[in-house]
Amino acid sequence: MTEIFGVPTQALFGQLLIGLINGSFYALLSLGLAVIFGLLNIINFTHGAQYMMGAFVAFLLTSKAGLGYWWALAIVPPVVGFTGVIIERLMLSKLYKLDHLYGLLLTFGLALIIQGLFRNEYGTSGLPYPMPAELSGGRNLGFMFLPNYRAWVIVASIGICIATWFVIERTKLGSYLRAATENPALVQAFGINVPRMITLTYGFGVALAALAGVMAAPIYQVSPQMGADLIIVVFAVVVIGGMGSIMGSILTGFGLGVIEGLTKVFYPEASNTVIFVIMAIVLMIKPAGLFGTQK
Amino acid sequence: MPRSQKIALGVMAAFFLLAPLVVYPVFLMKAMCFALFACAFNLLIGFGGLLSFGHAMFLGTAGYGAAHAAKVWGFPPEFAILFGTAAAALLGLVTGLLAIRRQGIYFAMITLALAQMMYFFYLQAAFTHGEDGIQAVPRGMLFGFIDLANVWAMYSTVFAIFMAGFLLIYRVIHSPFGQVLKAIRENEQRAISLGYDVDRYKLLAYLLSATLAGVAGATKTLVFQLASLTDAHWSMSGEVVLMTLLGGLGTVFGPVAGALIIISLENYLAQLGAWVTIVQGVIFVICVLTFRRGVIGEIGNWLRKPL
Amino acid sequence: MKLKQTLIAAAIAAIAGTANAQVSDGVIKIGVMNDMSSLYSDIAGPGSVVAARMAIEDFDAAKKGMKVEVLFADHQNKPDVGSQIANQWYDVDKVDAIFDVPTSSVALAINEITKKKGKAFLVSGAATSDLTGKACSPNTIHWTYDTWMLANGTGSAIVKTGGDSWFFLTADYAFGHALERDTEAVVLKGGGKVLGKVRHPLNAQDFSSFLLQAQASKAKIVGLANAGGDTTNAIKQAAEFGIVKGGQSLAGMLVFITDIHGLGLDKAQGLIFTETFYWDLNAQTRAWTKRFAAANGGKYPSMVQAGVYSAVTHYLKAVEAAKTDDGTKVIAQMKAMPTDDPLFGKGSIRKDGRKLHPAYLVEVKKPAESKGPYDYYKIRTTIPADQAFRPEKDGGCSL
Repeated sequence: MTEIFGVPTQALFGQLLIGLINGSFYALLSLGLAVIFGLLNIINFTHGAQYMMGAFVAFLLTSKAGLGYWWALAIVPPVVGFTGVIIERLMLSKLYKLDHLYGLLLTFGLALIIQGLFRNEYGTSGLPYPMPAELSGGRNLGFMFLPNYRAWVIVASIGICIATWFVIERTKLGSYLRAATENPALVQAFGINVPRMITLTYGFGVALAALAGVMAAPIYQVSPQMGADLIIVVFAVVVIGGMGSIMGSILTGFGLGVIEGLTKVFYPEASNTVIFVIMAIVLMIKPAGLFGTQK
Repeated sequence: MPRSQKIALGVMAAFFLLAPLVVYPVFLMKAMCFALFACAFNLLIGFGGLLSFGHAMFLGTAGYGAAHAAKVWGFPPEFAILFGTAAAALLGLVTGLLAIRRQGIYFAMITLALAQMMYFFYLQAAFTHGEDGIQAVPRGMLFGFIDLANVWAMYSTVFAIFMAGFLLIYRVIHSPFGQVLKAIRENEQRAISLGYDVDRYKLLAYLLSATLAGVAGATKTLVFQLASLTDAHWSMSGEVVLMTLLGGLGTVFGPVAGALIIISLENYLAQLGAWVTIVQGVIFVICVLTFRRGVIGEIGNWLRKPL
Repeated sequence: MKLKQTLIAAAIAAIAGTANAQVSDGVIKIGVMNDMSSLYSDIAGPGSVVAARMAIEDFDAAKKGMKVEVLFADHQNKPDVGSQIANQWYDVDKVDAIFDVPTSSVALAINEITKKKGKAFLVSGAATSDLTGKACSPNTIHWTYDTWMLANGTGSAIVKTGGDSWFFLTADYAFGHALERDTEAVVLKGGGKVLGKVRHPLNAQDFSSFLLQAQASKAKIVGLANAGGDTTNAIKQAAEFGIVKGGQSLAGMLVFITDIHGLGLDKAQGLIFTETFYWDLNAQTRAWTKRFAAANGGKYPSMVQAGVYSAVTHYLKAVEAAKTDDGTKVIAQMKAMPTDDPLFGKGSIRKDGRKLHPAYLVEVKKPAESKGPYDYYKIRTTIPADQAFRPEKDGGCSL
């Protein structure tokens, strides 16, 4: 059997695939963060909490209303997205002219509140969420056992990422959005309701986080802390990709998932740190990130 | 020094001198350590315009340095603090050279990345004992004859260090060096065209901030007789941003007030149990939405005097 | 009428005062400190305060003329916060004893403070066996469990039943390393072998990569030397990747009943680990748990919370017997008296501060075997008190 640094190539294939699956979560989350930053100029630190809310609402749908995974996929993103709309209208809209720092702090405070409330209600040890029956089980690929659900995660998230990218970069709606960030006054003059567009954009970004939360519920423990540490990693992904670059954050999300996966084989202790090492190197060589343009 | 600031300085010194009669001294010592930490941080962001999101690395490095020196090598307290501070300063020099070439959010992210690497190092290194931390660090005899095990001796020492650090920062802000820093913060291009070597000024400010944060970290280690991963964790970097912002970014006394408020919250809300983080979150939201200048900034604005 | 009541109250107070001439300021103050807002708030948290209050009630302190008060605080898992609260409690609030304290770094810091101030410290929540080893103190008793006991209980039982090749998933933290080291020693001693190990960062969330490595090792047993969310996530994903179906078994080193509750039986079934308390042991534990759950929002007790009840009970007995609340004397009295309470049965406290009681090797039931919520364990073996914990000579305690 051939080996690379003492690891059989077959096992390495497995790890690469696993990395890609984890990367799809990073991509989904960083996509939402990048959309929000690109169009609102707000660093949304509530993103992790909103991801957690997605998982919790999915849990509540099964336990209280008996609605399963597929219903959750359809219902949860708009519901959590709507809470985002309220947050944007009541608070964030007052901060657009200020430094990034204030948006970051406000959303950080909101994350503390949301996580605290869920913790008081549901405790910290997490809640069970069943795997949808259609996707349980798995198949043997020869080099690894691939659970069907993971395969679904990777396909679904690639689909969502491409669709989002297409809407923003290739449609008329997307061009309005991009124009509104460049020059809101001008776009307003064309008769487009810019504030409403921004509100809906935030709601959409939050809905993406919630969607990632629903997809995470069957494989990760549903607990109030599940997004707390994730947010800083995802934020690093966005920075490496280039802040505000949609494609950048998607590609970086998948890429870093793979790199992290390989680290888990060769130096597992550092698998949480490797992303920051890469971020430092990238920022020193390409200050605006891999796919960003410096303004 | 304007009269308003003289009065404020007097009030602050009197507060820390008299408060231990009614407030628990260990709590006040902790507040002073964090106040110095926040002042050091404020020097960088409030006057240099550089937002560091990795200042915990200096607090943590100095803490581990001082703890190891005092416990394992048997350094007397003054040298333990010096050693811890020197370690933080060295780290400040190295990370500063890497970070100051970037601005704004990119500067913040580089410092965050470097701090995460330091955290990883402390997690792996054997001398830190992982999450157990370095425990039972001896306070020792200051200058060979002042026994710091006595709470009042320790309190006076912390007070002296805090005041010295605070006045040094005040001096720096109002020196020609501080004026150039402010000019760079307001308009970097103009400062360059005026012939200032901007990078050198920034590096110096960063180094100074790191060193003073180190003083705070080393002192804190002696107060609590322990050094742990908490001080090097990224949430500590976040906490110091909050302290400074709550007190008033770019004001002289703001960080002290901010640190005092946050530490009090942490202390008195501890009795609330699970509600601590929720109440903290509510305070940040209110602070950002209603008084962005921070507590001291708003007071100064209301009095129309610099504070 | 009102005057009469006041007079009676005053008389009672006067009698109570004389009866406890030795108790400082006439009140025995108990401080319950733990994590109330994050990781460990389910296994300790407010539930530990409920347990402490129940112990005081059951001891009938008021009737015996002892005035007992409970304080509680959240140390947020930060050693400096914990250490400052402890100092303040001892110096300002005149707290006589601190209970619980999960998170080793905080417990070790309070261990030092308590020794210096001559108070009493009764640990239920923290795991590190250093508390009765190189950090042992005449003022500290380690009550409920420790890393050595968990590793030994689970490790030796599994090796005995044929689980002789192991792969470790270890949290890259001091407690993870301690669990791994102690279990490995037991496995090797029992004639087993360790085929590999992987150290994962704390709060790793995704374990699929580590699980694939465990799968490839072909070890019979995958030992989870981690805790909390890491353990539950690893178990959940092990089911997904067919680890158990493929013939490998999982062994949890540090698992609480709250974790099983959060996982659900279909994911957790078959898991083997060690606990020192289970609510369904006998009529007494069932009766106590019913009262506890009623006062704790329906949540059943973890062994940490049960340990707080047991520790407070024995502490109050010792204060009564020694007629003082001086920390050092009470701890000595506690060690001199045998322990007895409805939750842990009869037991004793060793010179190094180790509380001795039986431990239970449990196996998680299949969903079909469970009759309702919290009916989760089958007791496989009871490990007697004298074998459950690390022998005194191996700890390196200087007492």
